[in-house]
Amino acid sequence: MIDESAKSLLATIREKSGQDILACYHCQKCVVGCPVAEFMDVPPNAIHRLIQYGRKDEILKSATIWLCAACETCGTRCPNDIDIARVMDALKQIAVKEGVKGKERDVAVMHGLFMSGIRKRGRMHEVSLIRDLKLRTGGFFKDIRLGIKMFRLGKLSLSAECVKNVKDIKQMFDRAKAIE
Amino acid sequence: MTYSYYPGCSLHGSSREYDDSSRGVCAELGIELKELPDWICCGASSGHSLDEVLNIGLPARNLKIAEQAGLDVVVPCAACYNRLKTAEHAMREKESVRNQMRDLIDYDHKGRVQILNMIELIQDQISLDTLRSKLVKPLTGLRVVCYYGCLLVRPVEVTGFDHPEHPRSLDEIMSAIGAEALGWSYKTECCGGSHSLTRTDIVRVLVDGIVDMAKEAGAQAIVTACPLCLGNLEMRQSDGGFPVMYFTELLGVALGMNESRDWLKKHVIDPTPLLGSLGLLP
Repeated sequence: MIDESAKSLLATIREKSGQDILACYHCQKCVVGCPVAEFMDVPPNAIHRLIQYGRKDEILKSATIWLCAACETCGTRCPNDIDIARVMDALKQIAVKEGVKGKERDVAVMHGLFMSGIRKRGRMHEVSLIRDLKLRTGGFFKDIRLGIKMFRLGKLSLSAECVKNVKDIKQMFDRAKAIE
Repeated sequence: MTYSYYPGCSLHGSSREYDDSSRGVCAELGIELKELPDWICCGASSGHSLDEVLNIGLPARNLKIAEQAGLDVVVPCAACYNRLKTAEHAMREKESVRNQMRDLIDYDHKGRVQILNMIELIQDQISLDTLRSKLVKPLTGLRVVCYYGCLLVRPVEVTGFDHPEHPRSLDEIMSAIGAEALGWSYKTECCGGSHSLTRTDIVRVLVDGIVDMAKEAGAQAIVTACPLCLGNLEMRQSDGGFPVMYFTELLGVALGMNESRDWLKKHVIDPTPLLGSLGLLP
């Protein structure tokens, strides 16, 4: 039986992702093809089941939603045409909006820093992103030798590119928030 | 032939050799590329992970600039290509998205410009026959596997490019320039994409699977058209010595372009000993 909370979660997911979770009959084709399934705590089809049951908290705290690499293998193969990566996106967006702090925090932090970099400059700057990520999540010496090598090869630039009208970009981000 | 050009952030950063080789090869083939004025980041994986509006809004703003420029736009980066195509698809299919974007970027999307990746540009706009006629140094003796990754070919309804699980286009280009493009089953396996910085362990497992399979197929190198794929394949392989190159770099070599030496020098794994051993370096 589907209760009210499940109905509302299903409706939200349908609205945000455009996908009909009820079409899933759990053939697990998505699980078999998923390159990161072995690292997930909840298999992709089980996410659908939890949505059907309305068990929102478990879903939003799962590692799965953040580990989905959006490779679209599952969506390509799903016999019911469910684009599961879009469902994972919708779940991540809900988790962030509701301030749910679940597993794989570093992944969430990285995405957040990536977006705030764009807000600041209009473009992503690799060195700034890596620096900010290290400041937030630790691991200061990780990839240090690789970084030096890339810098020597001229692949990393210390100065960040900026678009001409940064004000415009900030305004766009603010507007997006208001629209949402 | 003149096109707009959207390099994206990676091509202005760690994937400079893809930017240089794309521009170089196009110039050699008589194609003029005009960089979009004041383009912004497409948002990549982070945009669609976190933001329901900006994941379309960021690429839509670039499409606005492209429509104002009035030329079809070439997008070498597979991730940027995917985001621009996603925005175009969403605005075409859904009136609600189109209206939302009008409010966000003060522009009514017309859908007037085509979004092309580099493989499409070479194959459809230039043609393999033209490419063959301009060959200076066929890549005889070079055995490669073509690695397409995810973002060029999926979702089918969004990119509409080649085949989602068994693409052929890049193999045909490599064959046209004289290399041997070997069959293998990992053409569109995922490299782990944006997890490179945070879940490096996962990316290592995926990348090793791809590199091992390439070796098993008998390849000497992997050829790709995606900066995320190339970055992960080079930086995260346990082997540490299996070359990975952009297809545009090899086009440059086959077209006899001396500049290709400079592009090939920028790799974490130096591909020049391999090319040198086959007498293919310019």
